Amino acid sequence: MHLDQVVLNSPYRVSGVNPPKGAPQIKGQLEDIGFLPGEQVTLLRKGLLGKGPFMVRVGSSTFALRKSEAHMIEVELEPHV
Amino acid sequence: MSESKLHFFSNEPLVALLGNPNCGKTALFNLLTGSRQKVANYSGVTVERKEGRLSLDSGKNIRILDLPGAYSLYPRSLDEKVTCNVLLGRAEGEKRPDLVVCILSAMNLRRNLRLVLAAKRLGLPCVVVLNMLDIAKRQGLEINTDALSKELGLPVLTSIGIQADGADGIKSFFNQLDWKDLSALRTGTSDATLENAASHIAHSESDNIQVQRILKSLGLDQIIPDRFSDRLDSVLLHPIIGPIILAALLFFIFQAVFSWATVPMDLIKTTIEYFGGLLGEVLPNNWLRSLLINGVLAGLGGVVIFLPQILILFFFILLLEESGYLPRAAFLLDRVMGSVGLSGRSFIPLLSSFACAIPGIMATRSISNSRDRLVTILIAPMMTCSARLPVYALLISAFIPNQKLWMGIDLQGLVLFLLYLAGIFGAMGVAWILKRFTSEQFRMNALMMELPSYHMPRLGNLAISLWQRAEIFLRRVGGIILIMTVALWVLSSFPTPPDWATGSPIQYSIAGMLGQALAHVFSPIGFNWQISIALVPGMAAREVVVSSLATVYALSSSSADAADALIPLISTSWSLATALSLLAWFVFAPQCLSTIAAVKRETGGWKIPAIMLSYLFGLAYLASFITYHLAVFYGLG
Repeated sequence: MHLDQVVLNSPYRVSGVNPPKGAPQIKGQLEDIGFLPGEQVTLLRKGLLGKGPFMVRVGSSTFALRKSEAHMIEVELEPHV
Repeated sequence: MSESKLHFFSNEPLVALLGNPNCGKTALFNLLTGSRQKVANYSGVTVERKEGRLSLDSGKNIRILDLPGAYSLYPRSLDEKVTCNVLLGRAEGEKRPDLVVCILSAMNLRRNLRLVLAAKRLGLPCVVVLNMLDIAKRQGLEINTDALSKELGLPVLTSIGIQADGADGIKSFFNQLDWKDLSALRTGTSDATLENAASHIAHSESDNIQVQRILKSLGLDQIIPDRFSDRLDSVLLHPIIGPIILAALLFFIFQAVFSWATVPMDLIKTTIEYFGGLLGEVLPNNWLRSLLINGVLAGLGGVVIFLPQILILFFFILLLEESGYLPRAAFLLDRVMGSVGLSGRSFIPLLSSFACAIPGIMATRSISNSRDRLVTILIAPMMTCSARLPVYALLISAFIPNQKLWMGIDLQGLVLFLLYLAGIFGAMGVAWILKRFTSEQFRMNALMMELPSYHMPRLGNLAISLWQRAEIFLRRVGGIILIMTVALWVLSSFPTPPDWATGSPIQYSIAGMLGQALAHVFSPIGFNWQISIALVPGMAAREVVVSSLATVYALSSSSADAADALIPLISTSWSLATALSLLAWFVFAPQCLSTIAAVKRETGGWKIPAIMLSYLFGLAYLASFITYHLAVFYGLG
């Protein structure tokens, strides 16, 4: 599942980042700001008509991402504790 | 290393403050150094370098460097590159720090701790400071600093960046430190090198596992949401209410910049005129008097007159930045700006440019993407600045009939509005064209912007930042403006007119000759030689064109009523086509020299100012050419 397709306000876990072929450096960039495997991530806002920018909480920090950036982030449902 | 790049290294220890953006680093820096700060740029780049000084109880001084915020030690932005180079001792003209203070936001431990682990690998002595402890406590987060210190193998201090005594723990640690031997604080090997892409990815994954383990052992692996910020965001980022609040806020700021600044601006103007009059009475009527009054004093006035607007504007921008609202504004506007290839962050600088392009260009420092920053600087001059209003007012009242259109809309007001719109659409068009020339790679990383928690701005921090902006403006930009104004005075005063001269003295000066030569260039767009001459001193500041026209037409009135005297004169001697063409010219024409000076200062070279000058000139010429010939075609010539 990609981060741009998840349900608003429910917790997910990052499973990986898939950058497009032309821009592999984006993976590191997203990892630097916290999109690392196992981190908790929640989609808070999708912008007008769901086209972005997206407001995403990863760990305890909040970031604004464009739809294309959110699409690169692979997530899975938070396993129930 | 060339001689000019050699810096004097004092033997005072150098402490570097390292931290993620938004960890409260600059507030701590202000607490540690107070007003003893120096702001400059790092050698060869436009990244701001802030250094301060702290006196220890022993009387010893230490230098404190506020490094640009970094998410990791693998450099991605210009800011991060500078931070890495300084830490590795590779930055030109910089000494390698003796001690690194890693500042962590207690609210964002997981991301911040990864930076500490990376910093430990540098082989420099390190201390960890846990900041924003007050907010963490309020949200029910208890952090065991002793346990954290044991996990990291480094001393962990605590601080509260928003309290006057919040940095006292750091100060007393510095006082007790044996500065001659810091090796106890060193954990890695000292032959550290810059990370490459592969080692960085490997490190960030292993660091992440280690951070998760540390957080678990401290019982901090639960995420506590920031309810206060979330509640504010539900209103301020609401898809409908959010933009309305933003628009109201911007309208208020815009109003404030124009209305609050009038009193101090008038005061500055009268003061300058008073001293001019005083000098005029005391000194004999010769070139020295003219140089002092029309060159130096006018130049000084031209610099200081902008200061009230700049200070008011920056006060609001800093307030929005400190409170955490500015990135939200960028968030709300990202869609609009994204359509022409910019990000929401370009909005505030562009808005500022309606007051004056100089603060706008200075405000582009908050745009982290260097490509976006350049484009924003390039299009900022097209926003109609307040200095163009006197010229617009003169031309509109001379040529546009004062009549009401349908629904009580005033024709003159409509023309003024269209002129503003023309500038905005021109800017958007240029940005859109530049987007075509940008490679995919740069277009990709346009946003990724942190939305920090909201907090109350501290007046002390605001005052320090505001003071620094004013200083940068007066010292760096002001100097160039003053020199250029004096140079223009020389051009318009020499050589002095011969005894048999009948026209206005400026006609016989170098500026006059330049203007007459320019008249050949400008005649296809309908400008006569009087306009061409007035455009030369108009390079100093837009509003000077009005008084220059008065000079050229040999009106011996003071600048205050120059416009009133000019209106009947030009409305009979110019055609409407010429007037419209001149209006079009002023929408796009290269800005005043002050703007060029600011662009040179902010981009660190003459390349960007040269590009800006030539493309704006071309655009203005084209717009005027089309306007003039359309007008002539429709019988307005």
